[in-house]
Amino acid sequence: MLWRANSLRLGGSSETESAHSAQGRGRKRNSALSLLDPWPFPSLLPSCRLASGTATSGTAPTAVIGSWASTLLQDKELEEIKKETGFSHSQIIPLYSRFTSLDKGENGTLSREDFQRIPELAINPLGDRIINAFFSEGEDQVNFRGFMRTLVHFQPIEDNEKRKDVNGPEPLNSRSNKLRFAFRLYDLDKDDTISCDELLQVLRMMVGENISDEQLGSITDRTIQEADQDGDSAISFTEFVKVLEKVDVEQKMSIWFLH
Amino acid sequence: MEGADLAVKVLSTWLTLVVGLIVLPSAFGLSLGISEFYMKILVKTLEWATLRIEKGAPNESVLKNSASVGIIQRDESPMEKGLSGLRGRVFELSDVFYFSKKGLEAIVEDEVTQRFSSEELVSWNLLTRTNVNFQYISPKLTMVWVLGVLIRYCFLLPLRIKNWLSELVHLTCCRICVRSLSGTIHYHNKQYRPQKGGICVANHTSPIDVLILTTDGCYAMVGQVHGGLMGIIQRAMVKACPHVWFERSEMKDRHLVTKRLREHVADKKKLPILIFPEGTCINNTSVMMFKKGSFEIGGTIYPVAIKYNPQFGDAFWNSSKYGMVSYLLRIMTSWAIVCDVWYMPPMTREEGEDAVQFANRVKSAIAVQGGLTELPWDGGLKRAKVKDTFKEEQQKNYSKMIVGNGSPNLELD
Repeated sequence: MLWRANSLRLGGSSETESAHSAQGRGRKRNSALSLLDPWPFPSLLPSCRLASGTATSGTAPTAVIGSWASTLLQDKELEEIKKETGFSHSQIIPLYSRFTSLDKGENGTLSREDFQRIPELAINPLGDRIINAFFSEGEDQVNFRGFMRTLVHFQPIEDNEKRKDVNGPEPLNSRSNKLRFAFRLYDLDKDDTISCDELLQVLRMMVGENISDEQLGSITDRTIQEADQDGDSAISFTEFVKVLEKVDVEQKMSIWFLH
Repeated sequence: MEGADLAVKVLSTWLTLVVGLIVLPSAFGLSLGISEFYMKILVKTLEWATLRIEKGAPNESVLKNSASVGIIQRDESPMEKGLSGLRGRVFELSDVFYFSKKGLEAIVEDEVTQRFSSEELVSWNLLTRTNVNFQYISPKLTMVWVLGVLIRYCFLLPLRIKNWLSELVHLTCCRICVRSLSGTIHYHNKQYRPQKGGICVANHTSPIDVLILTTDGCYAMVGQVHGGLMGIIQRAMVKACPHVWFERSEMKDRHLVTKRLREHVADKKKLPILIFPEGTCINNTSVMMFKKGSFEIGGTIYPVAIKYNPQFGDAFWNSSKYGMVSYLLRIMTSWAIVCDVWYMPPMTREEGEDAVQFANRVKSAIAVQGGLTELPWDGGLKRAKVKDTFKEEQQKNYSKMIVGNGSPNLELD
């Protein structure tokens, strides 16, 4: 008799300490009595149904199982993400695994510090802007749904053939939405235009201290002049799209997910 | 009470068995071949378990590949190619694409952070703690897993605790300790074993590395004075061989450290020093940056590569996550510790080679021998943030591309 349960990730992060220290930051030490071999098949325990992303509370034994289970990806959520983003089952699981490994606080959400801990991202000149793209206005935590919704912008476009839905909303990884992602990297104040100042600031991030203000100013002015069509000395999204119409956005803004 | 009597009888027979089969032969250095037999059975069981899992999940066989292949196919093109231009090209609005793609790739899968957590196994080895993405398959598998837990906790663990406690007292019985961990260690190229007056460098995965190397030779250890359990062990070890222990504050004074080490090396009668230049435990899939300190001392370097077989138990100590006791418990409830140790021919610093280049050369040799990936990143990234200089380097590269030392592409109004 074969049946499948929730997929889960157990590994270093599954063995958690008791509830009152589950929110600890920095060095987390597991007590010697923490569960070394939790029951590997969670669906057999009815008490395990907790939504992912909720913090845990409670007395010791249930707290151990509970906080462990809170890192589970519920079937229902998996299906919703599948529908929303178009990732396949076998792509979502390793991405969830990655999400939990970045989540050092083990509360089902990522903060900006969690992203900054990735060295290759920390040395990226636009690292901060990219991290910002994950967080919505005023929020400083992103859950797995939000994480996937941002990642999906980089899904290659041909995958859309599988879920052709003419009447539905435009898929998140369409050319237009990819360009919108890039536009938002420039648009610091989210007012749907790239002003001269904003372009200057982003350029400054990319070049560091290696180019003088005057040179950078010239580059900015030239760029805006070339792109601006309605004479407002700023780049709107339509103008942005026009400038980049010859660029192979699909290839440059796509990440090839395996499987 | 009969129940109690029976329990006592069982316990005493079990203890005599233990003494007879484990402790005595170890004391005399004999082997009854039980370890080897145990390993054979273990391998067969794990193979069976893997087959069951594969049969039970035909569509998900791709999961098997995910652990070894990765989540995404990374685009390794350097900045010049990624920005599709030669030197002296101008800034374009599409330049941001390259950086954002690189950033997202790093978020999904990066080379460094995965080294500081346990390696993911391709097939499950019936230890829940290494269970990544494996699903419930059949009652039989559950039964085997339950049996495994029983064996590991009720049989292997008490065995090992008892042996390990006695080992603390009689430190010279290193063999008991290794045997108690069901350690199968293969030493290769014993002719290159580190000699007196040399420095032995190895890649670092866990405190057990020390145990494994000392089983086959005596070393002087360079390390930090620890408190707690480790401290007790350390102090006991000092009595056996002359070691060089440093306070953490002394470690900061590099000249002092180098001076003391130089003195030790110069004395040809002193035991070879054992150093782990990575500075921290890495998860045994890669070798990270070797700190140049040990390579400035001079003297002969004897590189050693240590590779654990993750199938039988994960030896990696994630010190930011687990304390010492928790780690030891995990080790003692694993199936076994199986590893390969390769001694390599000695290396010395060549003319015109500075310490950093020499360190990299040794690191490459160890990585190649052990079949590990070589990374230029610092193991200190486990705890510390990456230095700003790397970011500045990226910025510099980009600037050169769009300006190129005042090229004519720049229009000045």
